[in-house]
Amino acid sequence: MAQKAIREFDAKSILAKHWDKYFPNFTYAYETVLVQNGSELQAAAKDKKWLNEKALVAKPDMLFGKRGKNGLVLFRDQKPGDVSLSKAVSWIDEKSSAAQSVYFSFDGDTPTGEAKTDMLTHFVVEPFTPHTQEEEYYISATCVGDDDMLYMSAEGGMEVEEGWDEKVTEVAFSITDTEEEIAAKIRANVPADVADADKEAFAEFAIGFFKAYRELNFAYLEINPFVLQGSKIELLDMVAKLDDTAGFMMREEWGDVEYPTSFGMEEKSPEVLAIEDADSKSGASLKLTILKPEARIWTMVAGGGASVVYADTIADFAGIDDLANYGEYSGGPTTSETKFYAETLLDLMTRQKDAQGRDKILIIGGAIANFTDVAKTFTGIIQAFDNYADKMKEVGIKIYVRRGGPNYEKGLKDIKEAADRLGLYIEVYGPETHVTDIVRMALEK
Amino acid sequence: MAQLFTRDTQAIFWNNNKTAIQRMLDYDYTIKRDKPSVAAIVAPTSGNKFDKFFYGPDEIMIPLFKNTADAKAAQPQADVLLNFASFRTAYDVTMEALEIGGFSSIMITAEGIPERLARKMNATAREKNVTVIGPATVGGIAPGAFKIANVGGTIENIVNSKLHRAGSCGLVTRSGGLFNELSNIISINADGIAEGVAIGGDRFVGSVFIDNLLRMEENPEVKYMLLLGEVGGTEEYKVIEAVKSGKIKKPIIAWCIGTIAKYYDSGVQFGHAGASANAERETAEAKNKAMAEAGIFVPSSFNDLPNKIAEVYNDLKAKGVIGEIEEPEMNVCPKVRKSKEFICTISDDRGDEATYAGFPISSVATPDTGKGIGDVISLLWFKKQYPKWATEFIETVLKTVADHGPAVSGAHNAKVTARAGKSVVESLVTGLLTIGPRFGGAIDGAAEYFKYADDHKLTPAEFLNHMKKEGVPIPGIGHRIKSLKNPDLRVEGLKKFAAENFPATPLLDYALTVEQLTTSKKENLILNVDGTIGILMVDMWRALGYTEEEINEFISSGTLNAFFIVGRSIGFIGHVLDEKRLAMPMYRHPMDDILYDVQVAEKI
Repeated sequence: MAQKAIREFDAKSILAKHWDKYFPNFTYAYETVLVQNGSELQAAAKDKKWLNEKALVAKPDMLFGKRGKNGLVLFRDQKPGDVSLSKAVSWIDEKSSAAQSVYFSFDGDTPTGEAKTDMLTHFVVEPFTPHTQEEEYYISATCVGDDDMLYMSAEGGMEVEEGWDEKVTEVAFSITDTEEEIAAKIRANVPADVADADKEAFAEFAIGFFKAYRELNFAYLEINPFVLQGSKIELLDMVAKLDDTAGFMMREEWGDVEYPTSFGMEEKSPEVLAIEDADSKSGASLKLTILKPEARIWTMVAGGGASVVYADTIADFAGIDDLANYGEYSGGPTTSETKFYAETLLDLMTRQKDAQGRDKILIIGGAIANFTDVAKTFTGIIQAFDNYADKMKEVGIKIYVRRGGPNYEKGLKDIKEAADRLGLYIEVYGPETHVTDIVRMALEK
Repeated sequence: MAQLFTRDTQAIFWNNNKTAIQRMLDYDYTIKRDKPSVAAIVAPTSGNKFDKFFYGPDEIMIPLFKNTADAKAAQPQADVLLNFASFRTAYDVTMEALEIGGFSSIMITAEGIPERLARKMNATAREKNVTVIGPATVGGIAPGAFKIANVGGTIENIVNSKLHRAGSCGLVTRSGGLFNELSNIISINADGIAEGVAIGGDRFVGSVFIDNLLRMEENPEVKYMLLLGEVGGTEEYKVIEAVKSGKIKKPIIAWCIGTIAKYYDSGVQFGHAGASANAERETAEAKNKAMAEAGIFVPSSFNDLPNKIAEVYNDLKAKGVIGEIEEPEMNVCPKVRKSKEFICTISDDRGDEATYAGFPISSVATPDTGKGIGDVISLLWFKKQYPKWATEFIETVLKTVADHGPAVSGAHNAKVTARAGKSVVESLVTGLLTIGPRFGGAIDGAAEYFKYADDHKLTPAEFLNHMKKEGVPIPGIGHRIKSLKNPDLRVEGLKKFAAENFPATPLLDYALTVEQLTTSKKENLILNVDGTIGILMVDMWRALGYTEEEINEFISSGTLNAFFIVGRSIGFIGHVLDEKRLAMPMYRHPMDDILYDVQVAEKI
């Protein structure tokens, strides 16, 4: 996936790093710190004097919004704006000590939908910024269709989310627009509700913001709200996604940025992480998602498109409850890469028998390859069979193979012979059989 | 442009991806194309000028270039760029090609080009009316005409899937692997495809479904279309609009894959980077439903797609829209081929009689053929039949440089060696080994520097300044005793021949203006015989129509020296034979002719 969410802290750090380039006439104090627990915050206070001197705000920094409504923004002890360092430390320790439930949507102040429960592991702490509602503004940018969109509003915070259509000015930009054209469009579209005295500053900030969004390869960038006080800017809340395909040219610009998993998402299993690691080191593509490890049907499919149609077809014929995984290997993986991929799947697949005592099904599928050498990749699968044959027989696995492409006759012959030699059940088909028809055959048995 | 490619389409292949290029050439040979579909290869880091590939049982050479601009200049007819650069450089390569111009389509294979760059590249191409296929694609094919890189896989699969000749389906997919699969399905259930494009799996691709389908609507070979879409994005709705508005009238069969995605939250990425539904209408199901409602033929599932293809095809056939296809004759690529270790492009001894650049030796050897040694040189060195004035000039040069007495270093060496009792060939090469920058090299140097000055439009004064800065005396200027008043008659002879026979002598004319300046400083700084030869050779090649680049290459490869080597060998052999005839004893240099100045070595 090309677009990846980053922490609010990292988003602010990236903007701060390039502040003078994009916002030369504004100042931003960049007083913000990311900690995982109270003692880290204590330690940070040794360097960062403002943590001792100013009233603080603390909140989790874990890619989810609606933190205020979930009661997860600390800005008051007895009254708003009186949070001390020790209070922030104890609050963070309290919130990070037990799993928290978080709702992602609200109707007014009433949560709707289901909550997710997970540990809070990252918190951002900043100074409390006294300001008036009039000084709060909204700005965001992203790509919609072929155009970049800039959204601006004279009102920030929750107001803007609840009155989007009336309160937000949208401006579309073509990718080929020049800087002059962009600046002119933004100047012409400063929201009418921005105070006249602030219009020029707002436009200037928006131009810098949009330029930063483009040049720093953000896929999404939102500040809601930012506070504009003369030439002083405060970024109260930010959401950002990066286009990670640009990572190779943004190494310097982005610095050491992390792509965390969303709150409430299951941690990736060691197997998935191992495949991701192998994928990152290979010119080929290795992908694995585990959907339901106890399920009966496992797929080992070559090719991005083919992997989708196999998943579709299994859902059509068997329903998704029987589908254990989704993934692909493609782009001409080496024999050893294929072996590693196959062994990872076979290991997962042979950990337990089917609850209903049925045989498990392994679909080794694929379309007619353009350039992947089928015999070479199948050699890797055969080597995995050699190592897992006993376990496979113990669990009970029926193998269905369908593949075409360079050297496919040899590949199919080899895998059939290997399975026969090892005493594994196998059916083998080539391009004369419709690509997904082995799913039907497997399920009719 | 109703057709993306024809049988004459040629491509420039960026990156020397040998397997993919070989697959293209195997395809070309199989379908009996007149010319190979790859006209040039851009290989920025290669030092080679060409690479060998099989063309059927034989081998052909495809020229290599360092950059796209040179490749395009050499092969202007090649209007397809196959951009196989990595995701790091694919953008720059595409933008440069758009800047150079003259490309009608550009295919980009890299996956994961930064989105902003991909968008800019696609928008720029669209402005310039260039069709972009990809990024993140295996390409496309016009069966029986032109195939991009690895599309269709092996040649066996291509023939099995009837991709070697045009059928009647227009195929557009996102996925490259399924493109191949669908070609196969269509060949089994219908009569193959007329044109097919895999548009690519990245979120931002150049030509989208609608662009390709609108072109196919105009292509008379396409009788119906097959669209394989994917969950995510709204491109399929543009197709629906075109069908509803009547812009597309040909039947379309369509299916969006990724119907499973609805069961999972957005955490599971099914398939390509572009495949992620952000709204209900971007789901595969919604799109399949909307397409069916618009009158597009939508199967009940992907597994049912073959039946739907057969149904539409058979209906069109029954109506007479689709006729029978005559199966064309094909060449068969040999299974086993061996690459050749050596290449020869000048002579051939395989027939009845050996040839020089295609001419039997007997047709140039005897006097009645009217051919001289100049003709033989033009055939064997330049693979061209030079006109009479040029071959005569070459012969004049050879005769002029044949000897210059026993005292020059080469002749002296040859004589010393001969007196040591060595053979003719051994003595000859010791003489030849002295030929270089100081002996005979003035021919090369004169050609190089005078041409440089002329190319850069330096006035004689500027040229002299330039050489002063370089710190070298001007090669080809100066003689031990000769001057303007006491001219070198060999030079006069060459100049006279050139004046009477050359169509023009621009470089000599320039050199003479330089000579006026140098002789005004010192009498004997005349254009000497080496200089005249080097300069007139350049004028000869210019008159024969060689490009400046080719002439520079002649100079840098040492061709001018070669004339001196051949000519002077005659003289050296004369001196060697002279020594043998005189039976001169071993030579020892007199000690009183050597300055001995030997110090005791210091200890360090």
